[in-house]
Amino acid sequence: MTSLFEYAPALESRSIVDLRPSYGLFIDGEFTEGTGTPLKTLNPATEEVLAEVATGSDADVDRAVHAARRAFTRVWGPMRPADRGKYLFRIARLLQERAREFAVLESLDNGKPIRESRDVDVPLAAAHFFYHAGWADKLEHAGLGPAPRPLGVAGQVIPWNFPLMMLAWKIAPALATGNTVVLKPAETTPLTALLFAEVCQQADLPPGVVNIVTGAGETGRAVVAHPDVDKVAFTGSTEVGQSIARAVAGTGKRLTLELGGKAANIVFDDAPVDQAVEGIVRGIFFNQGHVCCAGSRLLVQESVHDEVVASLQRRIGTLRVGDPLDKNTDLGAINSAEQLARIRALSDVGEAEGAQRWQPEGDLPTRGYWFKPTVFTDVSPAHRIARDEVFGPVLSVLTFRTPDEAVAKANNTSYGLSAGVWSEKGSRILAITNKLRAGVVWANTFNEFDPTSPFGGYKQSGYGREGGRQGLAAYLRSATS
Amino acid sequence: MPGMTHVLDPDALSREGRPLPEPLEPFSDVTRSDAAFRAFLHGLPGVDQVGAEARTNVLGTRSIKTTAKAWAIDTAISMVDLTTLEGSDTPGKVRSLAAKARRPDPEDLTCPSVAAVCVYGDLAGVAKEALAGTGIHTAAVATAFPSGRASRAVKLADVRDAVAGGADEIDMVIDRGAFLAGRYLDVFEEIVAVKEACRRPGGQGRAHLKVILETGELVTLDNVRRASWLAMLAGGNFIKTSTGKISPAATLPVCLVMLKAVRDFRTATGHQVGVKPAGGIRTTKDAVKHLVMINETVGADWLSPDWFRFGASSLLNDLLLQRQKLRTGHYSGPDHVSVD
Amino acid sequence: MNADRLTVRKTYKLYLGGAFPRSESGRTYEVTDAKGHFLANAAWASRKDARDAVVAARAAFGKWSGATAYNRGQVLYRVAEVMEGRAAQFAEEVAAGEGLSATRARAAVDAAIDRWVWYAGWTDKLAAVLGSSNPVAGPYFGFSMPEPTGVVAVLAPQRSSLLGLVSVLGPVLAGGNTAVVISSKQCPLPAVTLGEVLATSDVPGGVVNLLTGDAAEIGPWLAEHADVDGIDLAGTSGPLAMELERSAAGTVKRVLRAAAEEPDWTADPGLARMTPFLETKSVWHPMGV
Repeated sequence: MTSLFEYAPALESRSIVDLRPSYGLFIDGEFTEGTGTPLKTLNPATEEVLAEVATGSDADVDRAVHAARRAFTRVWGPMRPADRGKYLFRIARLLQERAREFAVLESLDNGKPIRESRDVDVPLAAAHFFYHAGWADKLEHAGLGPAPRPLGVAGQVIPWNFPLMMLAWKIAPALATGNTVVLKPAETTPLTALLFAEVCQQADLPPGVVNIVTGAGETGRAVVAHPDVDKVAFTGSTEVGQSIARAVAGTGKRLTLELGGKAANIVFDDAPVDQAVEGIVRGIFFNQGHVCCAGSRLLVQESVHDEVVASLQRRIGTLRVGDPLDKNTDLGAINSAEQLARIRALSDVGEAEGAQRWQPEGDLPTRGYWFKPTVFTDVSPAHRIARDEVFGPVLSVLTFRTPDEAVAKANNTSYGLSAGVWSEKGSRILAITNKLRAGVVWANTFNEFDPTSPFGGYKQSGYGREGGRQGLAAYLRSATS
Repeated sequence: MPGMTHVLDPDALSREGRPLPEPLEPFSDVTRSDAAFRAFLHGLPGVDQVGAEARTNVLGTRSIKTTAKAWAIDTAISMVDLTTLEGSDTPGKVRSLAAKARRPDPEDLTCPSVAAVCVYGDLAGVAKEALAGTGIHTAAVATAFPSGRASRAVKLADVRDAVAGGADEIDMVIDRGAFLAGRYLDVFEEIVAVKEACRRPGGQGRAHLKVILETGELVTLDNVRRASWLAMLAGGNFIKTSTGKISPAATLPVCLVMLKAVRDFRTATGHQVGVKPAGGIRTTKDAVKHLVMINETVGADWLSPDWFRFGASSLLNDLLLQRQKLRTGHYSGPDHVSVD
Repeated sequence: MNADRLTVRKTYKLYLGGAFPRSESGRTYEVTDAKGHFLANAAWASRKDARDAVVAARAAFGKWSGATAYNRGQVLYRVAEVMEGRAAQFAEEVAAGEGLSATRARAAVDAAIDRWVWYAGWTDKLAAVLGSSNPVAGPYFGFSMPEPTGVVAVLAPQRSSLLGLVSVLGPVLAGGNTAVVISSKQCPLPAVTLGEVLATSDVPGGVVNLLTGDAAEIGPWLAEHADVDGIDLAGTSGPLAMELERSAAGTVKRVLRAAAEEPDWTADPGLARMTPFLETKSVWHPMGV
């Protein structure tokens, strides 16, 4: 698309990142070799191999869990809570100091735009540590029962969509409450977790408190199944979450799950329409739609459907798709060939089922994994694109006529992670918010996150919360719970 | 970089002869009564302030480099209404400003001239004479600027006087008191009357009318949207944020709402209206943010001095400094641009 | 009382959707006292009864969860009031079924009544205790509030047939959930009588559905049921408990595990049985003019 005012490339420099050819596991405070077959991690925007990363075998996971147990028993458990807090404050500050390095590395490994990794992922990760640092010596005042105690060793498995942020959401509350962790990053995005391991070293965090074991599904299974793990926390697909819940059954391990979603974003005819359009765009195209709480089902009141869709298409036409390291990029690369194939397949099904596909003009890069921002109209609630989580930049537009119909359609899903509602009428906002079966409701906004705001799902979107006072409960036991 | 539209359309003013007795279709009946007009303006979609600010914050992170920056700086210079609105203004001051408007960077002949020089009405003739033959417009503030607190007769006389003095453009203020009191039809009728007073003696078209909303006194973005529509329906050629005498003056969210209003108005009526943020825009960075906002919200049709202006004084020097930096590759200093 | 009078015995049926049907299967089983003497034939609920109970519980969820917390508290307190009037009957059934002395049976009944009072008082405090105002770093008003999970399957304790039952049912209802309960298999009679109390205590039909029968038979159907949101395994143990937890995984149910041994139900219950069946909803709204 040529226009009068074309932006020249504005590339963030890669030189701030010191990529090593290969990375080991971080166990007991040191980087060590893994005994599994190493994996290669790619830059999804170019398919260039960034580094070789170790795979943790059962034996490696066992070493990591032992290190975590030892650290829990000897150092981290007995430590003065205020000192635990100080370590977390240190980590928060180190993340802020090295923010640009983390942002560039995250965009390289994940494919997300540098604007988002710089302005969202990394600042939120630091904020999460900062928030939880303050809790470490105040747990008795958290209202979670008398004499709260840590659970022990937490085994944590995180996804590839927000690699550093998900790490922070897992590690910060676990450490603040006195647990130690073995964390497995996603196989396609391990690099910022390994850079985080360096931050732990710079913070002089006692060895074994945080252990990072890279690898694929098998490594994750080993972490979840290890008998000396007291607590399992998982963020990822509902399918894997179900298998983890099965694996944990009967073991007595505590479990929290943050799984998939198919959020409805409800736009009433009295919505602030320009901001609603922005919210729709932010809801589905933030992070290429690789967001479990993405507003992937637009429910728009029939009387304003054409107007909203026209505005939306005009707005999508201005989205800049391309090099994640360009500071002006809005949509980066799809994280992996596998995910791209899934997005393509579900979009094709959408078309085959009779929905209308719309994509803006423009070319995509020839190398790497790319998918254009996509809007499906004429979608019925029975279509698979209205039911299955696409986890990509694909929006399904449905309509409703009355508030009751909007609520019924919004709740007509096995998921319940998030929802959006747009209206200028306060009482309607509150009534609809009250009826939506979802763990997060964004009213006249979308995809906002904060460590003070508990996040997590209803129904098959999982259980347990991350963030806020409520999020601490996942890592504590008290005399009465 | 595609063609630059850095000069004003020379025929724009003579085309402006068409009378506008009532609002354009499909809105011709909305001013039939106070109640109807109020219902119309209050039926416009609301503006969520936080959402509007979030949008401009993201647009503000755009990184404009090299060739794009060079184009943006020249475009911004060509959109400047170089302004002096002081009690201490003199013919000498205005002539000096006109000289600068014509050749902002005396050391570089490739530097475009600005769009207009904006002065009080009594100095319009001085400006007009100093700008003769340059294509640069003379703009005059009128209607008891900046407060607008005078009788309608006085306001209209003020306008006629400035037009007679040679003003190509009239920057009027709306009656904010009437607007805030809900007397929308009064505000509308006054704009229509001012528009009529813009007619040149001898019937050679009319001076362009810029309608200053003084958004700092309207406060809410909902009011900004309503006032924008009101001014457009009344026949304003431009809607302008501020007098520069009230803080806050031009802000990005206010300008965003006004841009969306002119876009929606054109979609509905086919008639294009310009936008002029004024006051508080002092740096190249600020100006570039506005150009980015135009580019990504209403599109290239507004990326020209015919449709977008910056009401500013100190902005021009910063644009010139940045221009010199781009051209020479090293940082410039204030002694390398002229004092106003 | 006329010693010669032949008593009118009660037919012990299911309590389902506000009515008292027999099992659709037509099955009953013999309930005896602790010494093995015949007490009654109880309805032996089938998987289809469980299915119907889930439908009734789902239908009742909107109204019960949407009632004001004050109203739910009043209804639960009413249950205590009505139970008090039938305390003697409950004591007799508990004594016979659990083999307790009259005094201890009466103490269990009193504790069960008081447990309703405890939970009745909780309904309008949960939001204050579990909710929060969230000071997010931006121009948004943020708050979190507890909401009921939905339809909860309750496998009631096997030993403590009334106090145990009330101790697991009360917290589910206080939070605004509706329930499908499988009673103690050996001592189901207090559960049926409780159903009669609920039916006359302003508890809307379908909010509580009481099935008498075998948790090992019906439990798996409830654990796998896609329209059941949570399951309390209190009345199970060992391999059955593990199997049910595993089955519940397929629909990501909230599972409240059973303790290794049936607990002392007279202990202070705290929040521990309410929070597993409460969700947290976080809401954001911009603050602008």
